[in-house]
Amino acid sequence: MTQTAERPETEQESSSKSRLVVVGNGMSGARALEEILARGGADTFAIEVFGDEPYGNYNRILLSEVLANAAGRAVDDEDADGEDELYLNPLDWYDENGITLHAGVRIVRIDRHAKVVYGDDGSVTPYDTLVLATGSRSFFPPMEGMWATKTELTPGVFGFRSLDDATSMLAHIREHRTAVVIGGGLLGLEAAAGLQAHGVAVHVVHPTEVLMNQQLEAEASKVLRSKLEDMGMHLHLGVKTNEILTEDGRVSGVRFTDGSDLACDMVVVTAGIRPNIGLAMVSGLETQRAIVVDDKLRSVDDDSIFVVGECAQHRGEVYGVVGPLWEQAAVLADVVTGANPDAEYHGSRLATKLKVAGVDVAQMGVKVPERSSDEFVQFSETGRGVYQTVVIRDGTLIGATLVGDVSKVAALTQAFDSRSALPEERIKLLFDLGSAGDAASAADLPADTQICHCNGVSKGDLVACVHDGAESVSACMAATRAGKGCGSCKGLVKEVVEAALGGAGVEDPADSYYVPGIPLDKPTLMAEIRSRGLKSVSSVFAELAPDGKDHVGSKMGLTALLRMMWPDDHVDERDGRFINDRVHANIQRDGTFSVVPRMSGGVTSPDQLRRIADVADKHEIPMVKLTGGQRIDLLGVPKEKLQEVWADLDMPSGWAYGKSFRTVKTCVGTDFCRFGLGDSTRLGIDLEERYKGVEGPAKMKLAVSGCPRNCAESMVKDVGLVAIEGDRWQIYVGGAAGATIRKGDILATVDSHDEALRITGRFLQYYRENANWLERTYDFVPRMGLDHLIGVVVDDVEGIADELDARMQETVDRYADPWATDQTDATPGQFHDALPLVPLPQVPIRTSSSRDGVSS
Amino acid sequence: MSSTEEAVEARLGPVDRIPLGEGRAFLVGDEPVAVFRPRSGGLHALRAICPHRGGPLADGLVGRDTADGEVVMCPLHNHQFSLVDGSCATGADDVAAYTATEEDGELVVRLG
Repeated sequence: MTQTAERPETEQESSSKSRLVVVGNGMSGARALEEILARGGADTFAIEVFGDEPYGNYNRILLSEVLANAAGRAVDDEDADGEDELYLNPLDWYDENGITLHAGVRIVRIDRHAKVVYGDDGSVTPYDTLVLATGSRSFFPPMEGMWATKTELTPGVFGFRSLDDATSMLAHIREHRTAVVIGGGLLGLEAAAGLQAHGVAVHVVHPTEVLMNQQLEAEASKVLRSKLEDMGMHLHLGVKTNEILTEDGRVSGVRFTDGSDLACDMVVVTAGIRPNIGLAMVSGLETQRAIVVDDKLRSVDDDSIFVVGECAQHRGEVYGVVGPLWEQAAVLADVVTGANPDAEYHGSRLATKLKVAGVDVAQMGVKVPERSSDEFVQFSETGRGVYQTVVIRDGTLIGATLVGDVSKVAALTQAFDSRSALPEERIKLLFDLGSAGDAASAADLPADTQICHCNGVSKGDLVACVHDGAESVSACMAATRAGKGCGSCKGLVKEVVEAALGGAGVEDPADSYYVPGIPLDKPTLMAEIRSRGLKSVSSVFAELAPDGKDHVGSKMGLTALLRMMWPDDHVDERDGRFINDRVHANIQRDGTFSVVPRMSGGVTSPDQLRRIADVADKHEIPMVKLTGGQRIDLLGVPKEKLQEVWADLDMPSGWAYGKSFRTVKTCVGTDFCRFGLGDSTRLGIDLEERYKGVEGPAKMKLAVSGCPRNCAESMVKDVGLVAIEGDRWQIYVGGAAGATIRKGDILATVDSHDEALRITGRFLQYYRENANWLERTYDFVPRMGLDHLIGVVVDDVEGIADELDARMQETVDRYADPWATDQTDATPGQFHDALPLVPLPQVPIRTSSSRDGVSS
Repeated sequence: MSSTEEAVEARLGPVDRIPLGEGRAFLVGDEPVAVFRPRSGGLHALRAICPHRGGPLADGLVGRDTADGEVVMCPLHNHQFSLVDGSCATGADDVAAYTATEEDGELVVRLG
């Protein structure tokens, strides 16, 4: 950078780097810096930081932990152990990142024309870009006795804002035993709890009846209040402090506005915070409650000056909690570094979760209904100290308050942030009505109750498994085989085992793995496979499995995943396939196989039927059966005969054996049916011809019905389409009528045959890429959430619709009929029978005493 | 052909009759034998019929179980049998284990 002549020179390295100066080294300044560095800011900028506290920056939200910790009490936040954790970045961090830190230097003025800042140590520092993160300070209401001098508080009076405040309070309470906390907001209650942990008698004085009135409405506050009183905290609500009484220049008590006194030897003032805007004011920046910024977090007066954190006022809001600050820092860094010059901050929706004196409190959005049409759900159980409310507007969650029991906060926060659809019974937002009841009943079931009906596992078997030392649901399932059949009992198995483990069982990390043998969830696993270019099952095991173990139960899932991810060039290791996929037929109980040719949309012809009849005769097929998917099944075919049967049929594979696209069941539709509204057979045939054999995490069964009479049962299919009046198709997803029964949800209503094909394909591709191994759509759809799926698949909110379509197209393009390609053996003995139903390859034998016999 | 009391040995042809990682079934005398060739190396032989419901073990997937043992998983109901000694850790009866070795590139199975 060239400098103009009147601009004061500094001794900085002369480099071509732009100068970035950050004023303020608290949480927001540090966060902004981290975000800037994360975007390569160290290469672009020479960075200098001014902080008027003589420390590296520290985590202010842990101050109350500092206070409580010193009492030797266990605190909830395991991150809070020791002062090391308190510091966000130690001093070395600045060195390592090439940042010059001026700790203890206060910036007193900005010369915006010369683009320099003046420090109280006489320094003059030029900038190209300036970031103001001056934060805020405690507000001390004007009060007799507060101040000893103009700048010093009366001994025994404290703010609660900085590390110095916390440590001097800790020093003070060694000798003093009664504290008055002025202000019963969040910070005040945290200070009060911290002091009480040291055995100090604590009185909280609050000017209204509502504690934490920023976050809580009156009823919620009442519950909190009785909890705090139970813990021995003295609350003085609806009164104001008029004066701090002193004796020999030290605190001796407080006097309320009604004239009464309360003796104490310590006062903590937590009556709110005020943004530090003095520097901005003297430097001519627009300030109201704080420094006014635009959506790019720039001062409205000066494009070179950015503002972040508690000193910023954006669209009339000043935020005093940490969430918004993080969001602001990210936007600021995007703009400052040019990583995304168009980034904008549009304000934050506030959600707070904290523990006040051992009481869990969570709050988000509005506290109470604001319009007559707002829904308000309220639950109160004062005996247990639980109070919960939700506020719903136009079907979305706009506010929630939880006191005493915050177990649902994660789900509520998600609903609040994503504005997702809510259960029709609103109370389900607060309680798991179903599973809560089941959990109770699972514990009450008699021991001989059969839990897994496929493998005959009783509750007693599962409980015994726990007593024998199994520590997780998956361990019990592996040992007893419960839930390993159709899988529909898994939920109940989980509850029984968790109850036996003693309530909220250990979170089993294996639950999130795509396959048990690789400790990664599906997105992570896919990312690893892609970045390492792993194209065979054996290479995935070698690189990603613990000790490279090729876990037997994981091979099939990995094979399916690789075939989906690399339709062109996965390495085909046949031993990674289940027997069905090795021989393209479904194994039966006697080791024979079933052969189901494709019969798209369930439509056949006399010629086809004749050929099937001929094949059945010629090969003496023991049973010919109509399937539930409107096809014909030839059962009891020995493995050795499969290729011959396929050749004689001269029909393509129907994929009735794979974790793949199976069938499209259709009704008669418009050609003949007098009620038909849409050509369901045509659409069914086209769907099946297009997506035939597409492999996935589990089987996919579809149906198309030509009118809402729904003769093809579209509502209980993985994807089901229904023609409705006006040449439109409803697309249902996530339906099931097998081990589980579930009515599908409407993903979309489309107005053409082609769009129906496209949306179906896009949904299936998203399912292929995101569902866990063996996770059917009836679990996948509720897990992802219908709104999310509509957003991605129909509205393309993530902008990936084209990619999904392209990847599905690639799979479709690569399709090859396995019955045709495996007419010659792919591996030696691929079609040799494995059971002696027909003579196995007879080999010459001899006794071990003579070795001169025949060899094969 | 063979008395069950006697140890029986059969030469079953080249080892690569069995694709790497898979199993194949043979009739050795009257005994159906599944021979496996795991990717980790070695050869193993078990009686070919699952003691649970008669499933064809040679059609099973081969790999490690959670306890790191080399196993075959029956394709019918997923019972797992140790390739080394035929023991079952998933609740079915054990299956007979035989000896399989490679001799001069040839697969040799010994019963009894």
